Amino acid sequence: MDHLLLRHREIPEIKQLDVYRKNGGFEAFQKAVTGMQPGALIDLVKASGLRGRGGAGFPTGVKWSFIPKGVFPTYVVANADESEPGTFKDREIMEGNPYQFLEGVAIACYAVQANAGYVYLRGEFWNIAHDLDRCLAEMEQAGLLGEKLFGTGYSLHIHTHLGAGAYICGEESALLESLEGKLGQPRLRPPFPATYGLFGKPTVVNNVETLTNLPLIVAKGAEWHKSLGTADSPGVKIFSLSGRVKKPGNYELPLGTTFRKLIYEYGGGIIDDRPVKAIMAAGASSSLIVADDKALDTPMDYASVRTLGADLGSASVIVIDDTLSIGWVIGKTIHFFKHESCGKCTPCREGTYWMMQLIDRIQDGGMTRENVDLLHNVAREMQNKCLCALGEFATMAPVTGIERFPADFQPSVAGGKHG
Amino acid sequence: MLAEKYPEEVKKILAKYPPEQKRSAVMPLLYLVQRDAGYITKQAMEDIARLLEITTTDVVSVVGFYTLFHDREAGKYRMQVCTDLPCAMRGADQFLEQLCGNLGVKVGEPTSDGLITVEAVTCLAACDKAPMFQLQGRDRLEYHENMTVDRTMELIAALKKSGKEAK
Repeated sequence: MDHLLLRHREIPEIKQLDVYRKNGGFEAFQKAVTGMQPGALIDLVKASGLRGRGGAGFPTGVKWSFIPKGVFPTYVVANADESEPGTFKDREIMEGNPYQFLEGVAIACYAVQANAGYVYLRGEFWNIAHDLDRCLAEMEQAGLLGEKLFGTGYSLHIHTHLGAGAYICGEESALLESLEGKLGQPRLRPPFPATYGLFGKPTVVNNVETLTNLPLIVAKGAEWHKSLGTADSPGVKIFSLSGRVKKPGNYELPLGTTFRKLIYEYGGGIIDDRPVKAIMAAGASSSLIVADDKALDTPMDYASVRTLGADLGSASVIVIDDTLSIGWVIGKTIHFFKHESCGKCTPCREGTYWMMQLIDRIQDGGMTRENVDLLHNVAREMQNKCLCALGEFATMAPVTGIERFPADFQPSVAGGKHG
Repeated sequence: MLAEKYPEEVKKILAKYPPEQKRSAVMPLLYLVQRDAGYITKQAMEDIARLLEITTTDVVSVVGFYTLFHDREAGKYRMQVCTDLPCAMRGADQFLEQLCGNLGVKVGEPTSDGLITVEAVTCLAACDKAPMFQLQGRDRLEYHENMTVDRTMELIAALKKSGKEAK
């Protein structure tokens, strides 16, 4: 099947506006603005079963319906702050198929009657932001953005905004703070962005991949979308495959594809044909899955991955082979989250620091029952106490690593990269 | 002054946000002034604060919070190697070690000619193309992927040469 999101794999020139339009581009946006009530558009996306692709998997249409009626202005913010180790799908969409993404932003804006949309990109996507600025200027020239679009009363402008190197800004309330010119630190919720978002106004925050699905859903309908993937998780998903596989990269597949198929059929198997030891399904914030036959044959949809004590999240699949020790793996994730903790809430700020001290001690010849138990205890104590999900994320690999891979934490183990 | 020095850019940046929400322009303006010297001067922070009607402390705290803003001079280019988990599984740590060895520097320490500072950074969304780094300079921020130490040394030689020619 041809790609639906990574369409540049078949049509490399699709990053040019005229080529995108020749391939049906912006027909969906025009159809929505000229022929659909915003409420009907929200109902269509609800009926399609599309769930957020950024990690939480929340139904997109339902999220939109939380926007209160009659409160203006409203805003749509595209979350393009892709920063989690293992995640590199939004970057490819924006580089290869930027107009489909921007059309998605425009459709979301119309659905909640926003006259302004922002694309918040991580600072490292400086070149992508410049390319998107060029795309937006061309859309204005072509009458696809601006005042009174397609002869209706609806007006829309979209702007890019660059972050500056802070993982936490991928958390939606921290992203909004950052977009307001403040430190990227999460807000206490409620109120949620749907009622109190950007500049205190009702705001929808959607992930890049989520938005890129919208033009096709509007063009082809909810039933078409539901015919892909599984009943619980309809549609296609971009799986970012990394780690010890022969062919890492992005693979766009129906939700419900098994881990085995992704790793062996698409990823070419493990480097040096070693056995696969562990899988992280959702990047560095994942629980560690023991890669036995049952796990490998599990379909990658939101509900099935949960039966393995993990989440599909953003579907950033990191593959760990038997040459690597789990102590080393969790050392890497702990250092990442320690670096990225924003410092606002105590459990995360102090907890990530303590976890780092402990894993460093363990890897520095201190693999004792006492140290391992203390690390496990600190991670457990952080859970359910942090202001945002980042603190929770930081605990997932340490807790599940210690619980599910006890052999890697025996006092006889050296604790280095290879055990 | 900022508005006099970059009238067009400042106007364009401010136009992105509602007039009563000027503060949103703080990050784009910091990027703008960072182009000048490769870092952000105290004077520039004061100018931005005045323009946006916020305190200098507000601006200083934004500079301090985000890792891509710099308030002091470093090597002309920052070579920022990702050493996070997926990259480390593809040899990023060894790459960083060998690169620093070849340059005779420690991580975070500029080369003696002030051209390059090699840094270890967190995820750059290129996990499938490690070893990789981003090259951050006054005029650019670009990705170099699937790199070897040899090819990186060639790149550094080219940067040296173009620096000399520019002089």
